[in-house]
Amino acid sequence: MTSSTLSSPQPDSAHLSPILLEVEKLAVRYPLSGGFLGRSRRFVEPVKGVSFRIRARQTVGLVGESGSGKTTIGKAIVRLVSPHSGEIRYRQERIDTLSGARLRPYRKRVQMIFQDPHNSLNPRLTISRIVGEPLEIHFPALRAEERRSRAADLLQRVGLSPDSLDRYPHEFSGGQRQRIGIARALAVEPELIVCDEPVSALDVSVQAQIVNLLQDLQQDFSLAYLFISHDLAVVEHISDLVLVLNEGRIVEAAPPEELYRNPQNEYTRKLLAAVPSL
Amino acid sequence: MNPVLTKRSGLWQQVIARPQGALALGLLGFLYLCALFAPLLAPYGPGDQDLQKPYHPPTGFTWTQDGLAVRLYENADPTQALYRPIPGKTATIHWFPAGHPYRLFGLLPCRRHLFGVEPPQKIYLLGSDSTGRDVFSRLLYGAQVSLSIGLIGISISLGVGLIAGGLAGYFGGWFDSLVMRTTELLMAIPGLYLLLALRGAFASQFGSGEVYLLIVVILSFLGWSGAARVIRGLTLSLRAQTFVEAAIVTGLSPWRILWRHLLPNLASYLLVAAALSIPGYILGEAALSFLGIGIQEPSASWGLMLAQAQEMKVFMCNFWWLLSPGAAVFVTVAAFNLLGDTLRDVIDPHFRTSDR
Repeated sequence: MTSSTLSSPQPDSAHLSPILLEVEKLAVRYPLSGGFLGRSRRFVEPVKGVSFRIRARQTVGLVGESGSGKTTIGKAIVRLVSPHSGEIRYRQERIDTLSGARLRPYRKRVQMIFQDPHNSLNPRLTISRIVGEPLEIHFPALRAEERRSRAADLLQRVGLSPDSLDRYPHEFSGGQRQRIGIARALAVEPELIVCDEPVSALDVSVQAQIVNLLQDLQQDFSLAYLFISHDLAVVEHISDLVLVLNEGRIVEAAPPEELYRNPQNEYTRKLLAAVPSL
Repeated sequence: MNPVLTKRSGLWQQVIARPQGALALGLLGFLYLCALFAPLLAPYGPGDQDLQKPYHPPTGFTWTQDGLAVRLYENADPTQALYRPIPGKTATIHWFPAGHPYRLFGLLPCRRHLFGVEPPQKIYLLGSDSTGRDVFSRLLYGAQVSLSIGLIGISISLGVGLIAGGLAGYFGGWFDSLVMRTTELLMAIPGLYLLLALRGAFASQFGSGEVYLLIVVILSFLGWSGAARVIRGLTLSLRAQTFVEAAIVTGLSPWRILWRHLLPNLASYLLVAAALSIPGYILGEAALSFLGIGIQEPSASWGLMLAQAQEMKVFMCNFWWLLSPGAAVFVTVAAFNLLGDTLRDVIDPHFRTSDR
């Protein structure tokens, strides 16, 4: 254990790297249905003022029980939901106010890997179309054959054979589909990937493979991850910094070694105590 | 997972592999071919009258030394339209004789017909109507109207339904409210009343071709609301799928998402909906023409021919051949429903109507 020698909350390598993403007092509201002509006056607020930073090549773990707002934070960062208040900045540029085509340069840099590998791939498209689609948008100069060969490279990089290109998603297992989803996210050569419970729907043996794959890819492509999970063991294994979320607020932020050894917050202690030990 | 949902190449093979599917496709193929080649197959034009031979019964066949021939009839009692075959008198059937000129597919000038007899004798495969027109020929020409109206109508109404319902489901908001309230308004008015009101609102001095278009437009106007509601629902549920979120994160424009990710997933529904809704258009045209506000004389359509069969005389004197358009409507509608059911069984096994 060398963690005691580290006084800074982040490992040295990450400490020096530039800040990619800054989230400041982010709040997200969903209207409750009802009201005249769908104009609702009541809201739920799954995220209530959350602030954190992600540096280049860093992995930030986001843990919390279900309903704590983890996924909503991830969706707000990739702008699948719009923030109600607060700011999201990417390399000092505000992206929470952008929309439509002006978001496109940002979408090239920040991608997402989804929880459910069965729903996240369009059943009607071949793998080459699924992986090639981001290339079509963000590298319009590529010709069709170039896109195809790029897609084949990406598949090989995530551990799938290039002859999968002309097959359909239903011909693959859950773990393989998650690899395809990772290849799609990698296609645009992003800097940050939001991983929304990427291994929760997979078998334990496959989980380890995917986590190792993500770590290898991080080295090779200099990626930063926001790793959202309810699985404390996985988060401990992969993260440089862990954020503990409870009812839409971050209650503790610490490197995993410190957090697991000496949790400061009552909720963190409960969460750690709830982990079944084998 | 059902492989058909993901691969469409085998869809028609699967339909043909089922006896009902093969039967329905075969029947419809036959009917549409008949409509397409109507001028060639029909011995007479749709308006060719012979006032000497009203309510002529279907002619009987016989063999002579010249080959296949039809019997000739004399009008025994003009007041009752009673015809008797003349013993020993026949007319030989000629194959591909020259007759009245026409354009095949509206393009190729042609004079030949599949069969015919030496004029002034006449061949009535399905008898003649009150002005001595050949019911068989009119049935074929009527098929052109009655069968095409379903295809054109469903293309328009599904097209409008797809655009309105798809956009309403995808974007939501005020457009969604507007579309849904409009469909509810349309659906709240009794269909037949709306049909008559719309037809009455347009002037009656239209030509035959214009009336045909008008009927298609009216029927599509009534038909799009149901399709739009279902498509909206499907789009809403598809929009919540993660692969649509993935497409948004990738940076695809909404139009591209609709076109590439939603439309292919709606295709199977659209196919089934089309097959099951076409009968509505055929019946709608038949109803309008039956009521005398559809296709106008001397053009032929199945509904119009049935309208002529409603005279008391037809039933009193048992002119059963005048009801043959009804049989044609019945067969067509049944075949489309059978095809729709089979398509649904193949595409969506959860909604099987039978075990096989």
